[in-house]
Amino acid sequence: MIGLQHYLTVSAMLFVLSIAGIIINRKNLILLLMCIELMLLAVNTNFIAFSRFLGDDTGQVFVFFILTVAAAEAAIGLAILVVLFRNRRSIAVQELNTLKG
Amino acid sequence: MKEYYLAIVLIPLAASIVAGLAGHKIGRAGAHWVTIIAVGGSFVLSAIVLGNMVWGGMQPENVSVYTWAVTDGLRMEVGFLVDRLTALMMCVVTFVSFMVHIYTIGYMHDDPGYQRFFSYISLFTFSMLMLVMSNNFLQLFFGWEAVGLVSYLLIGFWYKRESAIFANLKAFLVNRVGDFGFILGIAGVVMFTGSLDYATVFSHAPLVAGHTIEVLPGTPWNAMTVICILLFIGAMGKSAQAPLHVWLPDSMEGPTPISALIHAATMVTAGIFMVARMSPLFELSVTALGFVIIIGAVTAFFTGLLGIVQNDIKRVVAYSTLSQLGYMTVALGASAYGAAIFHLMTHAFFKALLFLAAGSVIIAMHHEQDIRKMGGIKKYMPITYWTSLIGSLALIGFPGSSGFFSKDLLIEAVRESHWHAGTTMGDQLTYWIAYLSVLLGVFVTALYSFRMFFLVFHGKERMSEKEKSHLHETPAVVTVPLILLAIPSAVIGWFTVGPVLFGGFFGDAIYVETGKDVLMRLGEGWHGSLGLLTHAVVTPVFWLAAAGVATAWYLYLARPEMPETIRQKVSGLYNLLDRKYYMDDLYIKGFAAGGRSFGKFLWHKGDELIIDGLLVNGTARAVGWVAGYMRHIQTGYLYTYAFAMIIGLTMLLGWLIWVR
Amino acid sequence: MLTNYLLSFLIWFPIAGGATLLLIGDGGDARSSQARLMRLAALAFSMLTFLGSIGLYLGFDNAERAMQFVERVSWVETFNVWYYLGVDGISAPLILLTTFITPLVVIAGWDSITNRAPQYFAAFLILEGLMIGVFCALDGLLFYVFWEAMLIPMFLIIGIWGGERRIYATLKFFLYTFLGSVLMLVAFIWLYLQAESFNLLDFMNLPIELNAQKLIFLAFLIAFAVKVPMWPVHTWLPDAHVEAPTGGSVILAAIMLKMGGYGFVRLSLPIVPDGSAYFSGLMIALSLIAVVYIGFVALMQKDMKKLIAYSSIAHMGFATLGMFLLWWIAADTGAGLGMTGAMVQMISHGLISGALFLCVGVLYDRVHSRQIADYGGVANTMPVFAAFMVLFAMANAGLPGTSGFVGEFMVIIASFKANFWFAFLAATTLVLGAAYTLWMIKRVVYGEIANDRVAELQDVNAREFLVLAILAASVLLVGLWPAPLVDMMNTTIEQLLQQVAQPKV
Repeated sequence: MIGLQHYLTVSAMLFVLSIAGIIINRKNLILLLMCIELMLLAVNTNFIAFSRFLGDDTGQVFVFFILTVAAAEAAIGLAILVVLFRNRRSIAVQELNTLKG
Repeated sequence: MKEYYLAIVLIPLAASIVAGLAGHKIGRAGAHWVTIIAVGGSFVLSAIVLGNMVWGGMQPENVSVYTWAVTDGLRMEVGFLVDRLTALMMCVVTFVSFMVHIYTIGYMHDDPGYQRFFSYISLFTFSMLMLVMSNNFLQLFFGWEAVGLVSYLLIGFWYKRESAIFANLKAFLVNRVGDFGFILGIAGVVMFTGSLDYATVFSHAPLVAGHTIEVLPGTPWNAMTVICILLFIGAMGKSAQAPLHVWLPDSMEGPTPISALIHAATMVTAGIFMVARMSPLFELSVTALGFVIIIGAVTAFFTGLLGIVQNDIKRVVAYSTLSQLGYMTVALGASAYGAAIFHLMTHAFFKALLFLAAGSVIIAMHHEQDIRKMGGIKKYMPITYWTSLIGSLALIGFPGSSGFFSKDLLIEAVRESHWHAGTTMGDQLTYWIAYLSVLLGVFVTALYSFRMFFLVFHGKERMSEKEKSHLHETPAVVTVPLILLAIPSAVIGWFTVGPVLFGGFFGDAIYVETGKDVLMRLGEGWHGSLGLLTHAVVTPVFWLAAAGVATAWYLYLARPEMPETIRQKVSGLYNLLDRKYYMDDLYIKGFAAGGRSFGKFLWHKGDELIIDGLLVNGTARAVGWVAGYMRHIQTGYLYTYAFAMIIGLTMLLGWLIWVR
Repeated sequence: MLTNYLLSFLIWFPIAGGATLLLIGDGGDARSSQARLMRLAALAFSMLTFLGSIGLYLGFDNAERAMQFVERVSWVETFNVWYYLGVDGISAPLILLTTFITPLVVIAGWDSITNRAPQYFAAFLILEGLMIGVFCALDGLLFYVFWEAMLIPMFLIIGIWGGERRIYATLKFFLYTFLGSVLMLVAFIWLYLQAESFNLLDFMNLPIELNAQKLIFLAFLIAFAVKVPMWPVHTWLPDAHVEAPTGGSVILAAIMLKMGGYGFVRLSLPIVPDGSAYFSGLMIALSLIAVVYIGFVALMQKDMKKLIAYSSIAHMGFATLGMFLLWWIAADTGAGLGMTGAMVQMISHGLISGALFLCVGVLYDRVHSRQIADYGGVANTMPVFAAFMVLFAMANAGLPGTSGFVGEFMVIIASFKANFWFAFLAATTLVLGAAYTLWMIKRVVYGEIANDRVAELQDVNAREFLVLAILAASVLLVGLWPAPLVDMMNTTIEQLLQQVAQPKV
């Protein structure tokens, strides 16, 4: 029987993987965006798992919201990325340090 | 009568405003006419007041004009107290001022600041009248500072001259040192009597004498002594008493008419007047009077000596003024207030005369003031010569002249004060210092007066040929005031000495404790002016004066090469006198330069280094320094921030789960 | 009735005027017809405000002990904050001073400001409204809002229209004063928690234990001491003055410095009387240091504006001295004298220092230098100006007959009652004040013409003459007849002293 903890374990692994992706990846900004999407997926998994096991449908409604926002976010993120590439001729993360104090 | 007194004061003020603000519209003649008429009118009104006082039986009046401010139970008013002392001063002030106004037409004839000058001297007349007619300390202080202001403006009248603007700043600041004491004295008066009004203060005075004040912790001093000494410090500034005398010789940088009016006849005597006015206070403190008499004696003798070595015609007269002011102060200290005021009056006439005569010589010599470059002017300027002679004789106290009566009686009064001086060592010492100073001062006075007189009017003509060809008597606007001043200088002593000094002239205006009334005691032996005159030849005063004149004659006319020899023999003494006892050096190099370095030290070390450098900018630097290290955390890389966020999140979670 | 809303009018009318100017004004050429219109509008706004304040003077009842012209509307109900205005004998003269000085500043900046003139005038109008707001506010939060908002226009005035080091100066000014006032907010919040109201009058009636009083006093002290400014937190003032444009210096010296003194009288003394008593010795010491130490520092200044700025610090030292004497005076009278003297000194200093800064402005407009060494013999080419400058210098030196004397005289008398040495040190200003002011006069006004630029100077024009003449007249009026001013304050000060005399612990 697959219980709640299995779902949570999967989602936690997914989340940690994506965090690792954000922190370790220094080459490509697109990968970062994808990691963020992955994090959202992990959260979504949690939502659905809880919704299923607690018998509350609100969680699933939230997932739809998140999916919509994530789609919009990806679109905007990619658009920014394109503009960035046009300006800087690069989307390598280690070159983007204009916030340096 | 309020309107009447107001008119006396305000007419010169109005004239001053007209001449000052509309000077270019009314022109030069307009300016002098409006001010002369105003001051003349003021004089006539003052004379009527004095006449009414003396012959008309007018009683002293105390009127309030308006309330300046009232707060916290202290009423500050502007008002007039007119009694005989005031009336006498009003007449002296307005008369001398009137003469000086006329004289100025001649003296300032070609000056571009003609209207401004008339405006200033009228403003001075107003201020001085406010001072002498005041019925309270506030207005006294107003007049006191206002005459100081006008003096400042007039010394610096020729503001392009570096020496003039140095002198006026010096005069103002030294006066301010005196005023510093004065205002503290006034504050003391208010503290102990709760009032600024003379009448109230005087009636409370005996109560004050019972109080003590701890200026230095643990040593209670008599409140009245403290107040009187503080007030007298004000007088020392204004009346140029040692050691605050240094401004007066320098003030000769101003035009001669104001040297006569302000720095000889009227303003510098304000201190004398003030002490006489405050006699009900000073009488209550023997210590303060001792202080007064010592300061006066030192001034009278030592500044007189300086007059002997001066070569500037005006400075000689200036030092003689200092010395005579010292005489008056000694009389005040000896409780002979009447004698001081009487000498003040005669001195106003003959000293104004001497200054104006000196000015007349200066005009004729085309603004040459060095007496070594004069000589034999007698034949070119007869009127100036004769009037100067009268002035000089009055100054040395030649029997019969006005100065004789005032000075002789002043010295007598000081001698008489012996019987009320205490028997302690200090009291005796004070008495002898005072008496010997005024006595020996007579010789010194005669010596420097006639040294100058001989050098200027007699002997070899030392000026250039070109100068000689232009030399002639000055116009009537100059000589008429000389003659008008010469008349009282010569004769006023005759009929005024008796009534003023011994006739109870001042009434309640001057208060002397019965035990100390030297003038009353002198009056017991009074046999009229003629009696004093015949008595004169047997007093040491007469012979000292004669000796002074003879010495002057011998040194400067008979053996003109002698002074140079003497100078070389006692060069140390000469230098001491020539450098004015190094007092100027002390003030300029000591106090003024010290104050400036102290200011510089506080500014650079205190403000810039410690407060701004260390505390203010130091804080800013510390913040910057910390930030300099903190900035390394901000790499600018997204992943670092993300990592930091995760760490933070984990720590928060950990705290939530395990710690709470 | 208009008088019911007079204070609101005085606050908001100039602010509205300033906003109008901001909206319609452009940054264009100062000689354009639009710029001229803007100047006229600014003058009209400030003059109308002044006329309104005359209504305040006429309607003011000297004998009334309570607040007058009160307006009270709920503002933030949740926190019991009110839009609560009112004046008494302490604030009314300061409001009059503000409305009196502002039109003069507008006239003084008439054509010497060429860069963004409409915005310049707008800043002054807004500043005027906010400053009046501080003097009127009887609600702590309202007071605080006005107090902080006031910094913004001044920050901009110095930062935009200032001299070369304006950024340094304006930041220093802003940070100094802002840091101080934040602590005041903390104190207000603490008081609010006790009183459950921000009403200042409630604060005054609130019993507070001694230690809390001490802390509140210190919080207030830091806020107000910076504004006064008192030694040793005074160093922002010379820098701010030197860099500020003439009008900014005038407002800064004439009115903004009074905020500190007003704060002490309005807040510190009545709200924490025992705390004030506890620290009065410190306050007197700091005041006397200001008088003597700053007097010496002023002596050595080479920059005219700096010199006047330092002299301002010394003169404000007299104001704070007068305020804190009352616990040291054993006699039953005298404390009021010190307090009245302090208040009169503040008004008088507003007139005199404003006038002196205007005088320096007149010279600066012509020569573009503030250095004393660049001048000499100005009297030769500018006789009328020289007469004004000497008059104001004399007033600064405290000559009787000018307003500068009135406050000093009262404070010296009161301090003599407290302690001989207080009076002794305070009276040194007679010498020091005269020394630094007249030495400057000697070097600037008198003497031979120092250089070609001085030789080419033109005397004051009609506009400058008007401003200086009005100030000269008011300096003389207050000096010769201070009674109207003093009468306005007497009742309130008497009441204040009674309030302060009652311990609150």
